[in-house]
Amino acid sequence: MARAVLNQADITRALTRISHEILESNRGSSDLVLLGIPTRGVALARRIAETLARIEPDAPPALAGSLDVTMYRDDLGRTRTRTPAPTEVPPGGIDGKTVVLVDDVLYSGRTIRAAFDALADLGRARAVRLAVLVDRGHREFPIRADFVGKNLPSSTRERINVRLAEIDGDDSVTIGGGEG
Amino acid sequence: MRHLLSTRELDREAAIALLDVAEDMAAVQEREVKKLPTLRGKTVVNLFFEDSTRTRISFEAAAKRLSADVINFSAKGSSVSKGESLKDTAQTLQAMGADGVVIRHHASGAPHTLATSGWIDAGVVNAGDGTHEHPTQALLDAFTIRSRLHGAASRGRGLDGVRVLIVGDILHSRVARSNVWLLTTLGAEVELVAPPTLVPVDMTAWPARVGYDLDDALAARPDVVMMLRIQAERMHAAFFPNSREYARTWGLDDARFDRLPPTTMVMHPGPMNRGLEIAARAADSPQSTVREQVANGVSVRMAALYLLLSGERGEA
Repeated sequence: MARAVLNQADITRALTRISHEILESNRGSSDLVLLGIPTRGVALARRIAETLARIEPDAPPALAGSLDVTMYRDDLGRTRTRTPAPTEVPPGGIDGKTVVLVDDVLYSGRTIRAAFDALADLGRARAVRLAVLVDRGHREFPIRADFVGKNLPSSTRERINVRLAEIDGDDSVTIGGGEG
Repeated sequence: MRHLLSTRELDREAAIALLDVAEDMAAVQEREVKKLPTLRGKTVVNLFFEDSTRTRISFEAAAKRLSADVINFSAKGSSVSKGESLKDTAQTLQAMGADGVVIRHHASGAPHTLATSGWIDAGVVNAGDGTHEHPTQALLDAFTIRSRLHGAASRGRGLDGVRVLIVGDILHSRVARSNVWLLTTLGAEVELVAPPTLVPVDMTAWPARVGYDLDDALAARPDVVMMLRIQAERMHAAFFPNSREYARTWGLDDARFDRLPPTTMVMHPGPMNRGLEIAARAADSPQSTVREQVANGVSVRMAALYLLLSGERGEA
């Protein structure tokens, strides 16, 4: 049976805290770009951008965008053909900016590795940070998140299921057994 | 997708999915770095038994922008001119480790033979076979119409209710065949206008109306007018008296172009015979999509190569 890990209020609180942490480490919202990784990372990046705008009313509009990593994955020949999603970079590009990558679950780190390649083709960011809603461990690359909503030690047999209102109709994070 | 041989076998969902991938590829064309690492280590062979510059360089650009290695093989000055059969050529490519073969052939059905004979494991893309089909041309035409109509909101849409008029040599045109099937699958209404001598004998299976009077068809104010090239290399009989009479009766001349509403798109697959099937003013007008069609061709071919060559081998 799936067990609830985060409910809607927990997710909102985690994103609010992450927003504050981003502002603190970046010393404000200048030269900041939030790039969500499709599908759910894009919705999370938009929510963080909205929260940032509430905390700092003089934050530049349109902080959030999306970064599709499909064409940069290292497993394209091993799985079924993946459908790419749009990449939308906020006006001004990423050159000289601090880019915060946003994703729902950090697992092997392979998606983030692909994101580094995708980012390099878009320009040269001053710094790249990583924000995730859930860190479930089991990294296969030397990658760690700078901003984490919830650390969730898990077994590789378990499934983490993130639902967001924009895509799935409601907000929740659940963890399920190996039967998947 | 395993092969791309004709648009007749494409269903609406697959066609829209391919056009949506092409939207992402088109976005890459606007970046400073226009290359993706996606097909690194894959080999794409351009196997051209018929002269073609535009289609070949379009496929070559598409494959290179996806980081595939490209081998160009043209029949002229090759082992084919020494009498090698398609089978032996295919087995040579197989031995060289080709992952994808883009084939243009003067015989209708050659890509199908290559894909189904078991001579080769590679994914096969039909880049024009005889008078049969030219699927990537139709896909880029559909992509061009869709993005002119819907712009950034194109994703996921078909061409429902769009009225397309295709004019010219329907008999020999693989572009017309591929477009008739694809555009109707996507929901468009297709009407064909041609000299009676340049229409196939039996059109009952075609999901399109056929007319013979261009002025009547243009008076219905179609959304798209697609002019086909008069292919001098295929005019082996007296299909029309002479080119001036063709231009007067079936060409998009200045007078006809002026009567078109300013929203009607003018398309041409290229290369154009200016002054024959299309007047220079129509070809160079803002309504003309000719240059967009070329740019979109690369995006659509990138999408086709991606869908064919990524993913596990042996997948249906």
